Amino acid sequence: MRFVDEFRDAEKARALSAKITGLCEPGRQYKFMEVCGGHTHTIYKHGLEDYLPESITLVHGPGCPVCVIPMGRVDDAIHIARQPGVLMTSFGDMMRVPGSGGNFFDSNAEGTNIRMVYSPLDSLKIARQNPDLRVVFMAIGFETTTPSTAMTVLRAAAEGIENFSIFANHVTIIPAIKAILDSPDLRLDGFIGPGHVSTVIGCRPYEFIARDYRKPVVVAGFEPLDILQSIYLLMLQLSEDRSEVENQYSRVVPWDGNMVAIRAINEVMELRPYFEWRGLGFISHSAMAVREKYAQFDAERIFRLPGLRVADPKACQCGEVLKGVLKPWECKVFGTACTPETPIGTCMVSPEGACAAYYNFGRFSRKRVREASRHEHVGN
Amino acid sequence: MCLGIPGEIIEIIEDRPDLAKVAVSGVKRTINIGLLDEDPPKPGDWILIHVGFALSKIDEEEAKAAMDFLESIGKAYEDEMAALLESRIE
Amino acid sequence: MSTSGTERRSRIPLPMTTSEREQQVLDRIDKARRRRPKVREERITLSHGAGGKATQTLVEAVFLDAFRNPLLEPLEDAAEFTVDGATLALTTDSFVVSPLFFPGGNIGDLAVNGTVNDLAVSGAKPLYLTAGFILEEGFPIEDLQKIVDSMKAAAAAAEVDIVTGDTKVVQRGKADGCYINTAGIGAIATPGRLGIASAKPGDAILVSGAIGDHGITIMLARGELDIEADLESDTASVHGLVAKLLAEVPGVRAMRDATRGGVATILNEIAKAADVAVVVDEKDVPVRTEVRGASELLGIDPLYVACEGRIVVVVDGAQAQDALASMRAHPLGADAAIIGRVADDPPGLVLLNTTFGGTRIVDLLVGDPLPRIC
Repeated sequence: MRFVDEFRDAEKARALSAKITGLCEPGRQYKFMEVCGGHTHTIYKHGLEDYLPESITLVHGPGCPVCVIPMGRVDDAIHIARQPGVLMTSFGDMMRVPGSGGNFFDSNAEGTNIRMVYSPLDSLKIARQNPDLRVVFMAIGFETTTPSTAMTVLRAAAEGIENFSIFANHVTIIPAIKAILDSPDLRLDGFIGPGHVSTVIGCRPYEFIARDYRKPVVVAGFEPLDILQSIYLLMLQLSEDRSEVENQYSRVVPWDGNMVAIRAINEVMELRPYFEWRGLGFISHSAMAVREKYAQFDAERIFRLPGLRVADPKACQCGEVLKGVLKPWECKVFGTACTPETPIGTCMVSPEGACAAYYNFGRFSRKRVREASRHEHVGN
Repeated sequence: MCLGIPGEIIEIIEDRPDLAKVAVSGVKRTINIGLLDEDPPKPGDWILIHVGFALSKIDEEEAKAAMDFLESIGKAYEDEMAALLESRIE
Repeated sequence: MSTSGTERRSRIPLPMTTSEREQQVLDRIDKARRRRPKVREERITLSHGAGGKATQTLVEAVFLDAFRNPLLEPLEDAAEFTVDGATLALTTDSFVVSPLFFPGGNIGDLAVNGTVNDLAVSGAKPLYLTAGFILEEGFPIEDLQKIVDSMKAAAAAAEVDIVTGDTKVVQRGKADGCYINTAGIGAIATPGRLGIASAKPGDAILVSGAIGDHGITIMLARGELDIEADLESDTASVHGLVAKLLAEVPGVRAMRDATRGGVATILNEIAKAADVAVVVDEKDVPVRTEVRGASELLGIDPLYVACEGRIVVVVDGAQAQDALASMRAHPLGADAAIIGRVADDPPGLVLLNTTFGGTRIVDLLVGDPLPRIC
């Protein structure tokens, strides 16, 4: 596959790994946070930590938009799905996020009609084909996905579709990063910056991190070589005492972002005064709501939501994992009460959640893994 | 959720300039290219696909530059390894 | 310093390093995973039908628990037993695929091939099938005829007869057109020869061809995703391929057909049943370009995608090349490949050496992104 395979080459990985190790100061520990859930997923899926020296630790950040949805909002979504004639549509990874009474699959077992879609446009298509149903799209995601939802609403408006609405749960990345930076428990040396969010917002929004907090930021692609190269660039900045924003993913990310996308978002949506993030608490101006102008497409105005705040289960330590304070295995319930089949928190449910990624891919001592994989290859 | 994948534009849909058929390893799908309105892609261009929308054009020159950098690292590594193997301290 | 003072000091435990603490947590998880399975939900969800963890738990905690007997315990694809000196294999499968007709076949093909394959990989010569139909009121008889004609052709190709059956009709809105159940019986010439619990370190793992064709074909055929690809289901009866392999390669220890849950599920079943590690090399796993493209587009791993005409083979390492040659000489095994081997550590886990050079675990999925695949 073009633009994918070249960035998964093992030889180049070894070379980068050597360069990175070469830049490590003896006796010094390095901590970099990858903000994006997609980066967490790649790191574990390709066993990237095997290529890093012991002195570099990767800390997993809150950039998993499924992971930060509070249980109360899941309950609200299920409440909508229970209304007569409603067909709820949702991305796949949202289907198993637990609300206080179960997830979307459990809800379907009790009679709701919540279907998986790949694109908000698929949801609109279902609305077009089923005029007697009220089709609702569970809109989640950071700025990567928000423009797509906005464009879909604009399309619905242009076609005069009357049975389509969105339940807006889009969040924004900068307030989350700021919450991390202001958190007293965390000492980070730099950031592996979000890749696809940056195609929309560009690289400028991260300048405050380099300028005011003096931490290097490298906007990174999603292939394993992209991440390794970004770590190399971060180490280079540290060794040269620089703190800047660099764009490693320049083949896809334009420095100034995508104005068409930003205009679409601003046309259809506006910032909420505040929004609750699972694990991070209430953050001001961190999520989007549908504007009055598009009220007929706003599920929150069409359906009266209970809007109850549901506290996370006492045992859940998702908040600390999301902030990178705890590693997945350091959570008291990791792997015992909280597993992929019985998730307590969202870090375990989403395939991009740090806990799920670690449990599904990395849950094994690296030493034993290296020994096991070194067995003689049979045949071939 | 950050899932974005490179694909090649095959054709722009007649009557709907905001839609294009793309190919990803021989698999085809129609996607919305409305977000690239200011500089619409043409057949043969590569774009990044996310939930049925094109988010960005893939800049082939930048991609080449990225690969060149990785190649140079690779070459430097090989040179160094070769030098290491050749040199001996008696 | 008195000696008693020194002794007291040495009994204070030393602080653990990070990696020791991490290992402790991992050990706790291993123990938790080996605990007796329990179904926590009150109602059936789609995850229970996916072939992954939820299905496994349901089968063990509800069905195995209630019906428990020595023939059921192994939970192999078919039950093996002896009647008057003849060893027989008995199996059953239900088919609820949607859509009923897809590139490469229809529900009828699956219904015959699926059950024939379960018998074949158990080392049995498939003999007789049953066919039970649950039909929806309003279902076109023309479609039923097409399905039945396919079953006739598939049965002929597999050299089996459909000897008994049943028909039920349910009201409009149930059964989604047509559901089929088939049961099959076959004769095992060499009893006790095959079983995944006998996999040993040093054994090789092979697949008979490219993986994931069926699952992706079905998903695209549903038409909801607006994706076009030049793909068809790989549904086929593998009894000829299996018979050839068993005749030519004495060191074959076990076989399974990779259906719901894909190759990854089989590998996990092997690791668990034999308490061994299964190590797979990603670069050796055959995947068609289009299957890879569609999987990347949707964020699915082809290792978990259903096949309907592919087998996974465990063979004595010394005979891996023989097994490969034997399969490749058969039309259904033309793209066969050695994908990995069995190791002794870490027991019960499946590891993947990625093309990138790292290593990760391939665990059972909980749910399935592709419901109603077969």
